Order: sequence, then C-alpha cells, then structure tokens
Amino acid sequence: MPRMRQAYLPGAISGRSATELTGYIEGTDAVSGRPFMDELLDALAGRLDEEDLRGSAYERPRQQLVEAADERAAHALFLENRWTDGLPIVLPTEERVREMLAGTSRRPDEVVGRLAPAKFRERWEFTVEKVAVNAVMAGAGPEHFPIVLALASSGVTARMSSLTSMAAIAIVNGPIRLEAGMNTGMGAMGPYSRANATIGRAYGLLSQNLQGGSVPGETYMGTLGNNYAYTAAFPENEEDSPWEPLHVQHGFRPDESAVSLFLGGWYTISGASPRRRHWEEILRGALRACDPAFAPLVVMDPTAANDFVEAGFPGKDDVRAWLARNGRMSAGEYWSNGVVRAILRPLALAGEEPHATRYRASGDEPVEIYDAGDINIAVIGGGTANASKLIAARYETTVPVDPWR
Amino acid sequence: MTISVYDPRGYPPKVEGRSLAPRLESLDGKVVYLVIAPFDNTDVFMERLAAWFKENRPQVETRIVATEAFGQDSPAMRAEIEASGDAAVVGLGL
Repeated sequence: MPRMRQAYLPGAISGRSATELTGYIEGTDAVSGRPFMDELLDALAGRLDEEDLRGSAYERPRQQLVEAADERAAHALFLENRWTDGLPIVLPTEERVREMLAGTSRRPDEVVGRLAPAKFRERWEFTVEKVAVNAVMAGAGPEHFPIVLALASSGVTARMSSLTSMAAIAIVNGPIRLEAGMNTGMGAMGPYSRANATIGRAYGLLSQNLQGGSVPGETYMGTLGNNYAYTAAFPENEEDSPWEPLHVQHGFRPDESAVSLFLGGWYTISGASPRRRHWEEILRGALRACDPAFAPLVVMDPTAANDFVEAGFPGKDDVRAWLARNGRMSAGEYWSNGVVRAILRPLALAGEEPHATRYRASGDEPVEIYDAGDINIAVIGGGTANASKLIAARYETTVPVDPWR
Repeated sequence: MTISVYDPRGYPPKVEGRSLAPRLESLDGKVVYLVIAPFDNTDVFMERLAAWFKENRPQVETRIVATEAFGQDSPAMRAEIEASGDAAVVGLGL
C-alpha cells in the first residue's frame, strides 16, 4: 500500500512510560524527520494528489530464467538480490531442477500454495517448479522433495517478519523420514545429515523467495534474527520412542508421513529426566524461564523418554499434563508479557477460559502458564543420554507429505 | 559462457490499487477515533495522543476504541466508526 498514509514513532512503545510516549508524540517522525503530529494531521486532513485519487493497478510479471555471464556472476546475482541465506547455494540449472522434479508425481506447473512474510502482507503464489528451484539451491535431492513440498504447502512461512525474530521448526514423522535418509539418532539436531540440513534449509529459502522476500527493514523486522532460521527440520526417532509419534497425536496414522510446524525458536533450555536428582525442580525452573506467550516444544532423547515411562508417565499426554501443572509464575508477571497482553488479554476480557481465570488472579498469585494441549513432545536423538530441551515453539499445523510423493 | 538458471522467486498477485478515502478539509468539530490494535502499551499511547488533541486541538473530539484481539477485524467497531466518526487513527502497526 504505497500511498497509504502512515506516521512513524522513533521506537518501540512497549515498556515506555506515559511521559516518554508524550515525548514520542511531540517528537519527530522516524522516517520523514518532520514533527510526528504534522505527519499524523496531514494524513487525516492533508491534500491528496492525483495518484492518491486514481489508485493504481499493475502486474509484476516474472521471468522463468535469469542469465549471467558465468557461474561466478550467477552466484553474485543471487547474493545481490538476497535470494540466498548468505551461504553458498547450488545454482538451479534446468538439468538440476528437472532432476528434482523427478522426486514428485505432481506437475511442475501445479500451484502448491501461497506465502507472505506477515499476516497483513500480500500473499505470493508458487508452483511445484518454483519449490524445486529452491530445493536445488538448498542442496536437497529428489528423495527429500516430497517433504519440502509439504512444507511449502503448509501456509506457514519460515521467514516470518515478526519483531520477535521468530523461526519455524519442523518435526518430520512417518516412513518418509527414513526413505529420505533423515538422521533420527545421534546428533539429529546438528549438522550431521544432508537430509536434515537441506530439507530445513530448503524450507527457509523457499519461504523467503516465494513469499516476496525476507529483507531486513523491508520484509523482515526481527530485531535479533534467529539461528534456527538457517535450518530446523528434525525427524522424530519413532523406532526408539516409547510413545506414539507426534503426527499421530495430531490426527495422522502411524503409517502416514507428515510434518508438524512450530513458530518460535527464541529459547532453548535444558530439561531433565526423572533419573536426575531434583528433576522436578529443574523442570519447574526451565518452565518458569520459558516465554509465557508460547508453550514449549519438548525434545528428548529416547533414554529420557524411557526414564519418564519408568517414573510413571506411560504416555506423552501424562508428561504434558505434568508440565502444564508445574509451569507457573505470578499473575502479575504473566500479564506483564507484551504478547500475552496483546493476544490473550482480549480473550480473557471476553470471558474465555482459562484466560479469564488467570486474569482474575491477583498480582502475586501463581497461575499456570500453559495449557497441556499446547505443549508438544518429540523424541529425537541417539539414545546415549537422558537429555532433553525445551524450545519456544507455538504449534501451527501438521501437514501430510504423502500427497506430494 | 553465458549460463541460464531459474529465477527462484514466486508470483506476486496483481496489484488492485484503490484510491484513498477523501480527506477532511479540517479536523475542527470532527470526531477522530483512536483505534487500539492491542499491542503492548498501545492503550497508554492512545491515551497520550488523546491528551495531545485535548491540549493542542480542543476543537477535535477523540474517542478511544480497541479491536477485539490483536490482528483481527472488529466489524462492530468498524461500523461504529463509519456511523459516528469522521476519521480514524489505527495504532500501532508492526
């Protein structure tokens, strides 16, 4: 909306006092440099020009191919246009894209979906071929392509333009994990598998390129950025897990392949298994340190999962319930969180539970931070330590992979 | 030797631009709604903005309202503004 009238404050308003906000109002517009109120009053009662009154309609045609003098120039072109994640890419030649397309039965010109960097931005459309181009760039192979297509079809971007610097985290379940050569075991969350690394990277690259960019200050506003955004696609170790797989908890059969998507990735905190002394206190502390706006995704080694079973937690739901009961903080602190206030307070005021009960709690009164249903658990890793982690991750959706084979 | 590679970008939608709403000649005697899109501290900001109008442009009446939830449309609130307001300031955006 290039003609829309906007006025810009010099900084974030969260945590600013009334006096400071008055200073913002009496100060200058951060973009134009003019007095902020002049900008605002002009927006309301200023003159419009012909372009404002006419409106505008136009198309932005895209070429299928781009040309460069040689490979070095092509790499430079991709870097300059911000079509990469800063790391070297595999150039998407016609031959490589054709090979990638052999990884699916879908037609190259089929529309896969639409993505946007933020809810209020325009949504760009893309085809199977366009997803293949980005998968090639990431270094993926045809055997990974159905998972990449499923990620692309999800409607969830891995390049969300949130001030909070969100990343997307994917958990892959079902037979496709092993067929694609994903590493579910030792070092599954680290750089030890081409499949794990390139599937997550492809998701990031396709998100930024197919949604219309992810450029800091333009189409990306995350102030810190997020290193999960480089690659974060992890397969659950279903074979060594004592519990039902994550995708089954979200409505799929065990023999179906699916990928679950989470947004967040701001914190990663060590958890504890019941084999560790003071494990309950450790987990309460970890939960207390999580961001109250986004429930954690708990990843744990099969050893830790079996420790929970032995300690009387026969299913994931039993662990989720314990975590929900034990993740607590004072009502005052809970409701001071900006995202909680923005998203959950209106629901509380409308009487929706459990938010309304939490909102009625007085300042020092402890409230449960999370609903059990918002906490997810995935068993990942090599079975060599009772390790676990809590990752900020709001569950978004689980999408099927099999239709993209 | 020149090489050709695929353009990795998606397809942007056709832009269907609308004209801007007609602007007021003056805000004097008008009702300006200050709409809280409930991000953290926006309520305090809008109160300060209303105070600025009261002190500097007392001929302008301001009314503070809030959307029902962050990022969601509030049809009832929009209807109220269309029926009773002359202009609106929506804040704060991201």
